[in-house]
Amino acid sequence: MIDNHILAPIFVQLFTAIIQLMFWRKTLTQRYLSVGGSLIGLMVAFRLFGRVQEDGILTLNAANWDAPFGIVFVADTLSVTLVLLTSIACFAVSIFSSVGLSRQRMLYGYFPIFHFLIMGLHGAFLTGDIFNLYVYFEVIIISSFVLMTLGGRKAQLEGAVKYMAMNILASMFFLTGIGILYGITGSLNMADLSIRIQDVENKALVGITSCFFIIGFGIKSAVFPLYYWLPSSYHTPPSAVAATFGGLLTKVGIYAMLRVFSLIFVPDDFIKTLLMVMAILTILTGAFGALIKTNIRRLFSYLIVCHIGFMMGGIAMFSKVALMGAVFYLIHDIMVKTNMFLIAGVIRQLRGTMDMNKLGGLYRDYPKISLLVALVLFSLVGIPPLSGFWPKIFLFQEAFTQHQYFFIAALIIGSFVTLYVIANMWAQVFWKNPPEEENIENLFAPMPPYKKILMVLPIAILTVATLYIGLNAEAIVRVTDTISTQLMDPSMYVEAVLGNKMD
Amino acid sequence: MELLLVLILGLLYAAGVYLILRRSMVKLLLGIMLLGNGANILIFVLGKITKGSPPVINEAYKVFQDIYADPIPQALILTAIVISFGLTSFAIVLLKRVYALVDSDDLDDLNTPEEEDI
Repeated sequence: MIDNHILAPIFVQLFTAIIQLMFWRKTLTQRYLSVGGSLIGLMVAFRLFGRVQEDGILTLNAANWDAPFGIVFVADTLSVTLVLLTSIACFAVSIFSSVGLSRQRMLYGYFPIFHFLIMGLHGAFLTGDIFNLYVYFEVIIISSFVLMTLGGRKAQLEGAVKYMAMNILASMFFLTGIGILYGITGSLNMADLSIRIQDVENKALVGITSCFFIIGFGIKSAVFPLYYWLPSSYHTPPSAVAATFGGLLTKVGIYAMLRVFSLIFVPDDFIKTLLMVMAILTILTGAFGALIKTNIRRLFSYLIVCHIGFMMGGIAMFSKVALMGAVFYLIHDIMVKTNMFLIAGVIRQLRGTMDMNKLGGLYRDYPKISLLVALVLFSLVGIPPLSGFWPKIFLFQEAFTQHQYFFIAALIIGSFVTLYVIANMWAQVFWKNPPEEENIENLFAPMPPYKKILMVLPIAILTVATLYIGLNAEAIVRVTDTISTQLMDPSMYVEAVLGNKMD
Repeated sequence: MELLLVLILGLLYAAGVYLILRRSMVKLLLGIMLLGNGANILIFVLGKITKGSPPVINEAYKVFQDIYADPIPQALILTAIVISFGLTSFAIVLLKRVYALVDSDDLDDLNTPEEEDI
């Protein structure tokens, strides 16, 4: 079904950014515009989500070119769910950054670039053309380069070099893959590719091409052995930026993998084994990396890597239940990881440091904020009935069905290390008595009350979303069930895209 | 023609990978640029080069009668060139700033143990 609403989330972000460019020096106006634009974007995303729930997969042929020839935008349940989650995260982060960011950084154009980044994310989720996906990836990475270097401190720039080099390299792999794919099939439309790739006689060539995509998306989603750029760069930018990156950017890689491997390269045994080995090692290296870190944000960076492994494992098992687990974890992870980095930002405002050894006593001084944070931490660890618990049921169930015992072991180790690391962090940051000799630099106390509220509000919003995911898991399971049905049976997607001729 | 292009693109990829594996930041940048050019030529070659038959339909017909040059690879390459132009110019400025701050071209020196950040 053709529907022009698909482009609405992209346009809302685009116009928000363009209007903000007109108020270059007026940071107050930019803040209002940012929060307003994100709110409109959130409403539009809700509306699009509702329409897809009612009418099924929607498509839009750009410039009215019929499907395999022009660029097509497709909104299936996976896309709109991710657009909706991105919009929620974008809303929370834009509120947080309106108070949590120095005016100096806003003057360098933080807000417009932030909205361009979100536009790129929406575009990547909604496009149905693989080259267009590449273009949106570039929109995302070039915006993220600017956000990462904004402010220009030494550590930031050093992190940015690694981040930039690896991400450009990932794009090159992706582009090479697209080139070969076009050479062997003669199409770029993902629905069309899914039909044409079956007719390619040289299956070995298809397998090699899929390896290019694994490497390209693997670098983006930070899986073993391609993740080293992530922990060495994600702790450097301001917290608002780190929240956007940690919550959303690696998940685009996972989304792209889900899309490409369900539609085009349906995994054979070799690819499944490869993905599974990568997933297991990602979980283990991420978990063990998190054990030795004392800086909160470095610790969270390693936890991102660890939990990417859970989703990779779901993709590697590639069955309906496994994909339900992976997608559910994706939904949970976007909300929680964004929130974790925002929490790190608030802790930094409260105490002026993110080093666990220098922190302490937050529970005594700020019991309400601490309880809010505790809810998020419980969700992350996966205490039933909170959101981190449900996807693991599906992953365990499917791993037992497919006899993937190494993956089960990795899941258990990963979950326990997460629990240990988070419990340790809670004890160190919130319960331990603060070290005496430090003169605490509290930026939070002198703030006017409305700023304090604006700083904690985004965490509350994301926590409510997490609680909804956890406590109303039945609704989420129903959505993930639809998603994995659509992923396992691409004929619906293909039918929606190619059967949509304008006469 | 194809053989020449294939050789060139192999050379570009090999040189690009070699330069990326070096420790110098400038060589890293050059390597990325070479890889980008290699990818562009790869798309060009895989789009099946056809000489002297532009993708324009003869007035008398409604569809193509002959083999024609595929315009899509060229559109893709053009897009990719513009994107890599933007990325490269950003990378040059970034590396220049890093060089000014760190005073070294060696990638191994980019590990200031600075834990405190905003």
